[in-house]
Amino acid sequence: MLAELSVSLWRGAKDGRYETYCVPRRESQTVLDVVTFVQRHIDPTLSYRFACRVGVCGSCAMTVNGKPRWTCRTHVAKVAGSGRLEIGPLENLPVIKDLTTDMQPFFEKWQQAQGVFAPTKTRHEEIEQIRPDNPARRLADAAIECINCGVCYAACDTVRWNQDYFGPAALTRAWTLVNDERDAGGSARLQAVAGSGGCHSCHSHQSCQELCPQALNPTAAIAGLKRRTTAAYLKGEIKA
Amino acid sequence: MTMRLYVWQRATAALMVPLVLVHIAVIFYATQKGMTAADILSRTHGSIMWASYYGLFVAAASIHAAIGVRNVLTEWSPLTGLRAGRLALMFGLLLAALGARAVLAVVL
Repeated sequence: MLAELSVSLWRGAKDGRYETYCVPRRESQTVLDVVTFVQRHIDPTLSYRFACRVGVCGSCAMTVNGKPRWTCRTHVAKVAGSGRLEIGPLENLPVIKDLTTDMQPFFEKWQQAQGVFAPTKTRHEEIEQIRPDNPARRLADAAIECINCGVCYAACDTVRWNQDYFGPAALTRAWTLVNDERDAGGSARLQAVAGSGGCHSCHSHQSCQELCPQALNPTAAIAGLKRRTTAAYLKGEIKA
Repeated sequence: MTMRLYVWQRATAALMVPLVLVHIAVIFYATQKGMTAADILSRTHGSIMWASYYGLFVAAASIHAAIGVRNVLTEWSPLTGLRAGRLALMFGLLLAALGARAVLAVVL
């Protein structure tokens, strides 16, 4: 193991540049450990975002050696075999400063894809019994562990080319709700995801499923939405 | 891409799968048999079947390609959806005209 790492960090906003720092190499060191070392021991003005440090909150995603990753669960040994690390802000999102991006467009697209649960019952009614082995529930479960880290959104070529595209996370959320029997969103949600920024813009490049830290498969969820919206369109349940 | 364009593009793609396979089979047949252009034209002239087959092929390919070009233009060029759509429509009409000319040349 090398004694030191050469770490290039993005500094500034959109028109910033990479600056290089030397960071001591340690056993079981994560990329977030490296960024934290720079901020605490070299330059306290470095801005970055993190919270839980254990892969739950989805706050710490950054671009590491060209690929978006959750930095708290990415070991340096896995991504920096040559001893060099280049860490930048997530792509496809506006840079606020250094390694922090503005996540507002990401979450606005969740809203546009109607990623909000629409209840069919009130708290005064009996809880609906859903069998875990129910096929629809299995489809909903497949995408429910999303932590909103934005890795799939940053990895997506279609988001890069089409500013209106909702992106993998928002569409995966919509797919979860489409399969949730307790949800009342129904054809209104299908209508929302069948529009110009919706599921039909996906090119199935599969970068989202390759890089999703939760090993989810947004491409499969989007393919499911394509099938479901097409069937609804042909039945006349949604409009073009 | 809108729902309507998506359905048209997938439907024309599905239609072209058997059309392409038969087209390739015809090419193999013609080359294996050592047929000349005159031999082929003698079989296609006046044939409503070949006119319909390749007419349908040209229509499907023109629609499919125009929708694809529209997507490429909206994603990779500064053109907006409406302008990209108009340009793609012109491209589709050009393909349809060239294809129709070729079909008419072998069946009339």
